[in-house]
Amino acid sequence: MRRTVGALLRKELLVELRTLESVPGMSLFAVTTFVVFHFALNRNSVDGDLASGILWVTLLFAAILGINRLFVADAEEGGFDGFLLAPVDRSAMLVAKVLTLLAYLVVLEIVAVPAFALLLLGPSLGGAMPGLLVTLALGDIGVAVIGTLVAALAVQTRARDLLGPLLALPLLVPIVIGGARATSPLLALSHPTGAPARWLLTLGLYDLVFGLIAYALFDFLLED
Amino acid sequence: MYGKGLRALSIATVAAMALALALVFFYAPLEAEQGFLQKIFYLHVPLAIVALCGFVLGGLLAIQHLRTREARWDMRSYVAIHMSLIFAVATLITGSIWAKGSWGHWWVWSEPTLVSFLIVFLLYATYQPLRFAIEDPERQSRYASVFAVTAGAFVPLNFIAVRLSTAYLHPRVLGSTSNLPGPMALTFVVSLAAMALLFATLCKYELTAKHTRAQVRALRRRLTGETGAPIRRRSAAPSLQPTAASAGSATGSGA
Amino acid sequence: MAALEVEGLARHYGEREALSDVSLSLEAARTLVVFGPNGAGKTTLLRVLATLLRPHAGAVRVLGSSLPDEAWAVRGRIGLLAHEPLLYRELTARENLRFHARLHDVAEERVEEVLEAVAISARASEPLRNLSRGMVQRVAVARAVLHDPELLLLDEPYANLDPAAIELVEPLIGAASGRTRVVCSHDPGGGLAEADLVLGLRAGRTVLLRDATAVGPGEIAELYR
Repeated sequence: MRRTVGALLRKELLVELRTLESVPGMSLFAVTTFVVFHFALNRNSVDGDLASGILWVTLLFAAILGINRLFVADAEEGGFDGFLLAPVDRSAMLVAKVLTLLAYLVVLEIVAVPAFALLLLGPSLGGAMPGLLVTLALGDIGVAVIGTLVAALAVQTRARDLLGPLLALPLLVPIVIGGARATSPLLALSHPTGAPARWLLTLGLYDLVFGLIAYALFDFLLED
Repeated sequence: MYGKGLRALSIATVAAMALALALVFFYAPLEAEQGFLQKIFYLHVPLAIVALCGFVLGGLLAIQHLRTREARWDMRSYVAIHMSLIFAVATLITGSIWAKGSWGHWWVWSEPTLVSFLIVFLLYATYQPLRFAIEDPERQSRYASVFAVTAGAFVPLNFIAVRLSTAYLHPRVLGSTSNLPGPMALTFVVSLAAMALLFATLCKYELTAKHTRAQVRALRRRLTGETGAPIRRRSAAPSLQPTAASAGSATGSGA
Repeated sequence: MAALEVEGLARHYGEREALSDVSLSLEAARTLVVFGPNGAGKTTLLRVLATLLRPHAGAVRVLGSSLPDEAWAVRGRIGLLAHEPLLYRELTARENLRFHARLHDVAEERVEEVLEAVAISARASEPLRNLSRGMVQRVAVARAVLHDPELLLLDEPYANLDPAAIELVEPLIGAASGRTRVVCSHDPGGGLAEADLVLGLRAGRTVLLRDATAVGPGEIAELYR
């Protein structure tokens, strides 16, 4: 299993490095969206709830871009058949794709969070970093799991670019709830506090439940 | 024949609904604060409960489909979700009317049930487009089942998450159902039973209609001697595979 | 025991029968050639044998394992050459084959071996996007035989290949390779020449199932009428 996941991951990262079709787009989209928010909200700096919301919504929509492209190369170039013919555990594809999407999200955040701090965020990030990292990590896992499941569902349909987001966004609402609520006190202008444990717990549980569900259901999406 | 018990079920439903309406209008006392408008509670909450159970049921039926790969489970799952979606829309509408009546706004974010329903509705509204977008019927059924299971698991989780997020903002506007006085509780239970029967009856009607249509198609094919591919429009609904035997026999493919 | 045992295989697509009551038996190291017009079910049959599609009815035993329940046991012993090359265009031939080698737990030296065998070594470090269709087909052949499968499933393998290339891949996927083979073909002359058993399909049904020696090219042409 580990060997298979390793082989798949290498292939994913090679294709991404060769085509650069996901990560640069996602990152650029995030930065551009911050600029759009500045003009749309007519604010020079945001904090607290507003900051938290803008950050999470932007990350979410950028993630959707990555989700849309996650299985496209495989679907179009017969990659599924090649994998399905191999004597390997098929769940390896789920694990590999989740890890890939997770990697994309991490790179996205490495670009987007400093950009956010630079362009829009009022209070400084310094003290908020540990809490923010944990929250983002938990949120990313959830987005990666649900994103992979939804991407696999949508890729075989005719309207995949449209159905993907429509399926993903409601399923990701609890992650937005947990993530934004947890981040909001971190970014407060006065008396910023740590991320409330309740929301981190919610995120963690959601990740766990959907991780298990995805693991149980994924094989059904691959076979015929 | 597929429609066994349909008449009995319909009669029971009509009776239950009549009883519920009678209780609502003549038996249940007027609520102190909200007056007559409060009676919409006997419509809104049963609709909500039945819709939610219907969605979860759709997920359970889908699990059965994935396990056995028999088309009839997918058909049942499809009908359950389809019907629950209609009930969910009705929930949103009645909830909105109630909110307007009690609070003056057509929509309130502070009512977690309503908000959760909106999210659930938005999710399940993609069920039929998803099915329609997959042409291969086998794959359509399989993917729809995966969706139904995921969404079915999502429903309770979503409710918990939304309730957590609104708990600290405002007190519940529309009141909880946990401590109802006697007459109200009775009326509520009867209304709930009537709604559940209505759901079951409507589902059964739809399933019977689909089965019958599939049998007619099979018979027609046998009569005209066609063996080639029937030209069917792309459809979001699952298709059944009545065998030539079941199309001809009186007992049919059964439930 | 026969390499392939198929009995009453059926597979439907919605309300249409893609394959209906197909039965055959193929001994090891023999070649089955499948003829039939487009839509006859040739590719469906191949994909069922490749364990990519599950049978909807009937019994299928491939290399001793019954499908679909024991498909996992036989996957590593089948090589499929499909209409699509099943390769990533952005990656090089070498990267593609290394990926498949890792999936099939095959040593890396073998990758170089097959690259040599299909004479692609010189251009093995270029993305497949840059290669001609014929060259990509050769890499696809390399992928199909990389893990030294006992059973080869070939869907019109010589399409896109020039005579020189065909000569090159013959020892790998041709009758001379000694493997059990199922070949879908549109070429009555060439197909018959390499067949031991002939199957003719039309609209998913078996129209012809005979030893190759008892079949003439005229009968094959009939199928397409």
